Formats: sequence, structure tokens, C-alpha cells
Amino acid sequence: MKRFLKIAALAGAVLVAAGPSGQAAGEARHARDGGFGFANLFGSFDRASAQRGLQVYKEVCSTCHSMNLLSYRNLTEIGLSETQVQGIAATFEVTDGPNDEGAMFQRPARLSDRFRRPHPNDAAARAANNGALPPDLSVMIKARHDGANYVYSLLTGYGQEPPPGMTIGDGMNYNPYYPGGQIAMGQVLNDDQIEYTDGTTASADQMARDVTTFLAWAAEPELEARRRMGIRVLIFLGIAGVLTYLVKKKIWADLKPA
Amino acid sequence: MAMGLHNSDVKNPVLRWVDQRLPVITMMQKEYGTFPTPRNFNYFWNFGALAMINLVVMIATGIFLAMHYQPNTVMAFDSVERIMRDVNFGWLIRYIHMNGASMFFIVIYTHIWRGMYYGSYKAPRELLWMLGVTIFLLLMATAFMGYVLPWGQMSLWGAVVITNLFSAFPVVGDFIVTLLWGGFSVDNPTLNRFFALHYLMPFMIVGVVFLHIAALHITGSNNPLGVEPKGPQDTIPFHPYYTIKDTVGIVVYLMVFAVLVFFMPNYLGHPDNYIPANPLSTPAHIVPEWYFLPYYAILRAVPNKLGGVILMFASIMLWFALPWLDTSKVRSMKFRPVARFLFLLWCVSFATLMYCGGKPAEEPYVLISRLATVYYFAWFLVLLPLLGRLERPLPLPESISRAVLGIRALGAGPMPAGAAAKPMEKA
Ligand code: HEC
Ligand code: HEM
Repeated sequence: MKRFLKIAALAGAVLVAAGPSGQAAGEARHARDGGFGFANLFGSFDRASAQRGLQVYKEVCSTCHSMNLLSYRNLTEIGLSETQVQGIAATFEVTDGPNDEGAMFQRPARLSDRFRRPHPNDAAARAANNGALPPDLSVMIKARHDGANYVYSLLTGYGQEPPPGMTIGDGMNYNPYYPGGQIAMGQVLNDDQIEYTDGTTASADQMARDVTTFLAWAAEPELEARRRMGIRVLIFLGIAGVLTYLVKKKIWADLKPA
Repeated sequence: MAMGLHNSDVKNPVLRWVDQRLPVITMMQKEYGTFPTPRNFNYFWNFGALAMINLVVMIATGIFLAMHYQPNTVMAFDSVERIMRDVNFGWLIRYIHMNGASMFFIVIYTHIWRGMYYGSYKAPRELLWMLGVTIFLLLMATAFMGYVLPWGQMSLWGAVVITNLFSAFPVVGDFIVTLLWGGFSVDNPTLNRFFALHYLMPFMIVGVVFLHIAALHITGSNNPLGVEPKGPQDTIPFHPYYTIKDTVGIVVYLMVFAVLVFFMPNYLGHPDNYIPANPLSTPAHIVPEWYFLPYYAILRAVPNKLGGVILMFASIMLWFALPWLDTSKVRSMKFRPVARFLFLLWCVSFATLMYCGGKPAEEPYVLISRLATVYYFAWFLVLLPLLGRLERPLPLPESISRAVLGIRALGAGPMPAGAAAKPMEKA
């Protein structure tokens, strides 16, 4: 058993040594801890916050950022009813076709449609954004180190004085959390910019928190099911481990010298 | 018994009929039932069985991934995310496969370390050892190509860096690179051939594993003492003793695996691989997967490109020569105090290289990598050959049973012959 623990410790040490070394050295400021519930080992997504975050995405971010991996039907997973989601989808016009005459046509989006993209292609997106490409946000939280805290910090990190000696480029904005400190996206969240349907005060911090929760769900919609299954699997393996260890001791008992 | 039929002990008439014509049941009974195995294995001897299970897990999950994956640069990234979102339990299959690669290397590194520490590569197990190193090389190639498939930023740029290494070779270099790429850059043809090879190579591994096991069953297993079994009192039948001990190890292994898959599936990966591949934008730091970091550090420790590439390949190729570089007759480091210390120092140099490989190529990491590289090679090429001549090993135990059962028995006089033989009757 002692050797056993040694092996486990060894495996653990390898994991610890291997993990963080994969991360690049950051020139940016360390992200602020947003205190997100889903970041805890057994945490889940705050549904109300995710729904508000959807509203922020819809009313603010979606003018520039696509979320190509999501379909409207997925939104039932953050606690919206199918009718509600149908209503949301119907506010977007998507291109369909070709019809019987061979022409493309516009129609309101359905549950099965992917989120409508703000720009027909990357070139159009760049043209509308001063040459910078607003990245797709579907897996953004997985695509950055400490993703949720990073996006939350980024969105609330504007309006600070750049360090002396730093010249901010044309059309660029200072943000200490962005690698290099200069980002093409300006400050997009301001206090009371939108009106939350559930009456929550839409402070910039609140909106950043909510949209981050929404994006975290979008990046890992399986997170809650995954953790739930994980707990069951570990309980099962724990019991199986104790049992097999006892059986092993019993079988090996007769090998001990009398 | 009719002429030409195998003389089978199987009772069940149907199985007996099969066994007489194709004695697989007799073979399994002989190789995994009564197979005489040293009685003193520690838990490091679990890792061969774990590697075998890991291989099966990779093939099983890989085949299901391949049913949904699209090996095309335009669709690959999204197809992997579709697996995660729209395929039933797709996230589970993909995270098992992804973390299974890391588990595979944890298991294989431990398995190789076990072989080095207990001298399992020495005569008569040289070929067994070399087949193992071959498996490791195939595994590295498989994992490298697999990592390219999701076509994220690290997939693409990792492939660019690694394939470009081959261009350092004079004359044939550019030819090899073009062959790997299937064109003039890492692009759709590269992804296509990597997918084909990624599907093929695990089955080549299965073949070499078969040879590896066949060779093992000729020489028998080594053990923590490194002393060959001298008679039946030194061995026990594989079943039930080691089948149950392996099962304990498997459960623990599955628990570590489950923690990774269910609670930290992306911990060992790089976040940049969730950014779709973009040939026009080079990531700030290109970092390979953690299991390649030591070799990457060696590569970058050498100022000359060709020299770096050669040292990098040599760092593993040397393992093939290990049975001949180590001139000591004593297998287990338990009885080689000086070699043991210097070997553990070698392990530190390996870990140091792993650490430096993940850091940017700047000081002090480059200097540290260089020192660790020097020691890495000095261990194989200088220390190990010399130690066999200079070192005085501790006295070896007379036999396994003496060492394992002896401490108490020695004090009480000679061991009763029946004590060790008894369990054999059970088998
Ligand atoms: C006016 C257009 C616009 C709006 C509105 C907008 N963004 Fe951006 N965003 C951009 C651009 C352009 C970039 C690329 C910045 C660069 O490359 O420097 C960007 C980049 C980002 C990034 C990536 C930063 C990185 O690490 O690469 C995130 C995350 C992000 N935006 C989140 C959001 C969120 C959340 C919202 C809504 C609250 C939003 N954006 C609203 C234009 C916009
Ligand atoms: C020796 C066994 C194997 C190893 C070490 C291995 C390793 C890997 C790795 C590291 C990845 C990248 C994971 C990621 O980051 O997403 C991957 C992806 C993939 N592998 Fe394997 N693999 C093995 C066997 C197989 C087999 C046998 C198949 C097919 C039959 C297969 C099919 C795939 C597919 C389709 C992908 C792309 C999907 C994805 O990236 O998740 N693999 N493999």
C-alpha cells in the first residue's frame, strides 16, 4: 500500500509539473477572480445570470461577434422554455434556399438554425472593425488561459491609464489584461447601457459577469452533466477499489510464511 | 485422440472441440493462468497491464471519434466541437481519447522507468526491451499526428515546427518534408495523411505489443530484486495472484483517469488549441504536449539546428543501446548504491528538461536545459559504462524466496520446504 501511494504521488507530481508549464509566460496582467460559481469543482451555471448574459450578447456583442457553434435550440439548456427560445430566434432573419425558383430568401430563424452571424465573412467583419477581426465567441472561455476570469477582467479592464512610455496605436485601446496591453475592441459595456428584462441593475460589472457566465456555458455546455457523471463514476470506482483491495489481501494471505 | 488434434484438458465439450483444433484456451491457461511469475512484484509491475488497457481504450474511443470526425481543414475544428455537443456522449468519448493520450504517456513513462531502475533490459531481455522502445516511438508518432487532427492553433503550428525539423537533414531533408506535407506547406493533404496514419499506427502498436508479450513469455518477468527465480519456491502462478493485483492497479488508474476526464479535461492541454488553425497568425509561444517537452528542450538547447535534431532523436535512440551501455551484471538498482543515486539524478535531469521545454527559449532556461542535456547524455555514454567496472554492488540475495520470506525464516533457522511450495498446490 505504501508503494502504491508513492506511485500515486509520482503520477500526481507529473500532472502538476506538466500542467502549468504548458501555459505561455504572460506579458499581461493576471486576471481578476470573478468568483464564478461554475468555477468550483462541483459548481453549476447560474441560470438567471446566463439568461441575462444571453441578453447582453444579443444586444451588445452580437453586432460584432459570431457564435457559430451554437444553435437557438441549445438555449433551452439555460432554463428558457421552447416557446421563449422560438420567440428569440424569430427576431433574427436568416438566409435560406434555394427555393423552387432557385433564389435565396430571408426568413425568421427557427430552433434548428445556427446563431445568425453578424457578418457574411471574415473580410466583411474586418472591414467593419478597422481591420481587426472579432473572434467567434463559441469556445472563447476554453481558448484562453483562465478563460472566465480573463474575459470578465478584459471586459471590465478599460478606462485605466496606460503605463508611461506606452503609445496607444490608432483605433486601439489600452487594456492591461490583453496580452500586449492594446486591443482593437473598445469599451463595449457601460453602466445602464441595456435594460435587463428581470429588473437587475445593469451595471458594467454585472453585465460582464453575466455575459461571461453565458459564454462559459456556451463553451462547455456539458460541464454539469460531466461533473455529475464524474461523481458517480468516482464513487463506483472507490467502492470497487476497496473491494478489490480486500480480495487481493485475502488471496495473497496464504503466501505469507507460517 | 485422433492424429493431429491437440491434447486438450478443457472439460466443456464445445470449448474442447475448439481447443483441440486451435489450442487458444490451453495457451491462455499457460500464459496467463499457471504462468510462473516471481512472487515479489511491487506495484510498478502493474504498468504493463495498464498500458495494454490504455491501448484498447484509445482504439475503442478513436473508432467512435472517426465516425464523426472530418479530416478536412475547413471542417475539422468544427467537427470535433460537434462531437462534443451533438453526438450522444460525444464529449465523454472525446475527453477520454484526449486525456487517454496523456494517461498513456504517464503509464508508459512509469513502465519504462521501472525497466531502467530494475535493470529489466539486461540479458536475456534485450529484445523485449527494444520492442518496448519501438512501441514508444510508434506511440509518439501516433500522439503527434492525433494532436494535429482537431486543427486548432497548436495542432497546426506544432505540425509546422516538428515537420520542419526534418529539413535540417542534408540532401534528403526537403524531400522528407514535402512527403510529410503532401505539398508545400502544412495543409489539407497533410491533415488527410496524418488522419490515415493516425488510424493505422495504433494497429501497428498492437502488432509490436504482441511481439513484446511473446518475448516476455520466453524470458519470463524480471522482478524488483533483479535475481532470476531459481525454482518453484520463487514463483507463484499468474492467476489469481497477479490478476487480482493488476485489478487493484487498474481501479486506481481508472480513478486518476476519471478525475482528469470529468473534472479537469483541459488541464493538460493548451488553450490555444481551441482557436481554429490560422496559417497567417503564429502563436506567441508554440508548445508541444507535455509528454514531448523533454525532447523539445534538448532540441532547443543546441544552437545548431541539425545538431539539435540529431541530439533530440539520439536522446531516445540511445535507449535501444541501453542493454550494452550498462556493463554491470547486477540488474536492480537496489544493489547499486552509486548507480542508483546517479540514475535518480538522471531522472531529475529528465524532469528538468520537461520543465524547461514548456518555458520560452530564453535565459535561464536555455542554460539549465544545456546542463540537463549534458547530464542526460553523460549518464548513458559515460557513467553507465564506467559504473559497471568501478562500482562495488551490495551482496545479492541468494534467491527471491530467501529475500521475501527469509527475514523471519532466517532467524528461525532454515525455511521449511513446505511453506513456500504450499500455494502452488492451489493453482
Ligand atoms: C464594435 C464591435 C465589438 C463589440 C460590440 C464587441 N467586440 Fe469583442 N472584439 C471586437 C474586436 C474587433 C476584437 C478583436 C480585438 C483585437 O484583435 O485586438 C474583439 C475581441 C474580443 C475578445 C478576444 C480577446 C482576446 O483575448 O483575443 C473577447 C473575449 C471579446 N471581444 C468579447 C466581447 C464581448 C463579451 C462582447 C459583448 C459584451 C464584445 N466582445 C463586444 C469587437 C467587438
Ligand atoms: C495509440 C493510440 C492513440 C493515441 C496515443 C491517440 C492520440 C490522439 C491525440 C493526442 C488526439 C488529439 C486529441 C485532441 O486534442 O482533441 C487524437 C485525436 C483523434 N484520434 Fe487518436 N489516438 C490513438 C488511437 C486512435 C485510433 C485507433 C483512432 C481511430 C480509429 C483514433 C482517432 C482519432 C480521431 C478521429 C481524432 C480527432 C478527434 C479529436 O481530436 O478529438 N485515435 N488522438
